[in-house]
Amino acid sequence: MAMEEQVKLIGWLRSPFVTRVRIALALKGIQYEFIEDDSENKSQLLLKSNPVHKKVPVLFHNGKIVCESMIIVQYIDETWDTNAPNLMPKDPYDRAIARFWAAFVDDKLALSVWGVLVGQGEKQQKAVEESLANFLLLEDALRASSCSGNAYFGGDEIGFADIALGGLLVTIKAIEKVTNTVLVDPEKTPLLCAWIDRFSQIDLVRGILPDPAKVLERVSHQRAKFTSALAGN
Amino acid sequence: MEGCAQEGQVKLLGVDYSPFVVRVRIALSLKGIHYEFIEEDIQNKSELLLQSNPVHKKIPVLIHNGKPVCESMIIVQYIEEAWGNKAPNLMPKDPYDRAIARFWAAFIDDKLLPSTLRTFRGQGEEQQKAVEESVANLLLLEEVLQSTGKAYFGGDEIGLVDIALGGLLVTIQTVEKVTNIVLTDTQKMPLLCAWADKFCKAPKVKEALPDRAKFFELMSARRAKLTSPPAGNLKGGG
Repeated sequence: MAMEEQVKLIGWLRSPFVTRVRIALALKGIQYEFIEDDSENKSQLLLKSNPVHKKVPVLFHNGKIVCESMIIVQYIDETWDTNAPNLMPKDPYDRAIARFWAAFVDDKLALSVWGVLVGQGEKQQKAVEESLANFLLLEDALRASSCSGNAYFGGDEIGFADIALGGLLVTIKAIEKVTNTVLVDPEKTPLLCAWIDRFSQIDLVRGILPDPAKVLERVSHQRAKFTSALAGN
Repeated sequence: MEGCAQEGQVKLLGVDYSPFVVRVRIALSLKGIHYEFIEEDIQNKSELLLQSNPVHKKIPVLIHNGKPVCESMIIVQYIEEAWGNKAPNLMPKDPYDRAIARFWAAFIDDKLLPSTLRTFRGQGEEQQKAVEESVANLLLLEEVLQSTGKAYFGGDEIGLVDIALGGLLVTIQTVEKVTNIVLTDTQKMPLLCAWADKFCKAPKVKEALPDRAKFFELMSARRAKLTSPPAGNLKGGG
């Protein structure tokens, strides 16, 4: 490993995907420069560094560029492999399970919750039902994990799947507020709610989770944009 | 205790024409892992499939010593890690190279596959847009090969990205045939076309690829169904 590590992260603080990476960097105790970008006016640096997707987060490490939040998290874990904690388990099967749930959060959960935000009427109702079903599946996963005595998805410390879901927490809460829906129900998903409390109260995490007011503002703006577009039709 | 898993009992649930299943079969074949292939009926999924993949109820599912692993690229990484001491290595060693491999594998799933499917399913303007997107996506992969100057995305040997794209190869080529549209133009993407040729002929890959004729029939039938006018709209027609 290089003696002098230069680590930079481009993003905006309210982004759930940027939050994931900031959590991973903080857990590993990695110093970095945060370069705040503007979602409405993306910088040349961002567009050149991630020409394929033009999205945040983007991690720079000693001149190397890494994109896509969970790919960045794996990169951080593998590069700083001697910094505790390990974000991925050692056993190949456990690693497959961690990747499975992280992919589930991205491919299913995030999509259904987004559908609640931008949808109206029947479409929104369907998205709410899908989201509830997706959270129930996460509840099942936690139950299976807690049977092994684990407090988190992967173990007794936060890991890959916890980071994947944890980055989204403030956004999910904001979406519930703005749309006046309950997606995470303490009666239906008690283990998940306990996990949310536990995760959010970890000192390192608490300092990184975005300002709920700022996220709420952004989410309200997005809702207005999408619902007025529909009304305009 | 040895570092790598004893082979144990390996089963793969799938259908031979699914690009996702093909990816896993390629990985198993490259590693020389013996497995039982359990052919599934997609219209009538087995209890084993539904129990092994209750979240998505999809194929492929790899069952290794009774434990199920789901999602094709997650399975491929699992195969690489569980049989880590068995050559060839499907993933590079360096964390940055691994990140790049994962990036392009994700790109193939998140961008190329959907645009290919839209090309297959679409008509008129919608299809034209999907074709343009697919070509743009393939050109990005062409650029990757241009920049590395290597025969495979993984370097001198087949790696994660080769498997991710390779699983899709027969699907892409069949979509081209069925829709009569060229996505992989040898003039526009010579390296990618050369890669496709080399990949399909690689030992251990060939046997994992689906039967092209059968797959063409299947896709032609599907396309015909998608593009035929709804019943009742034909006046006096048979």
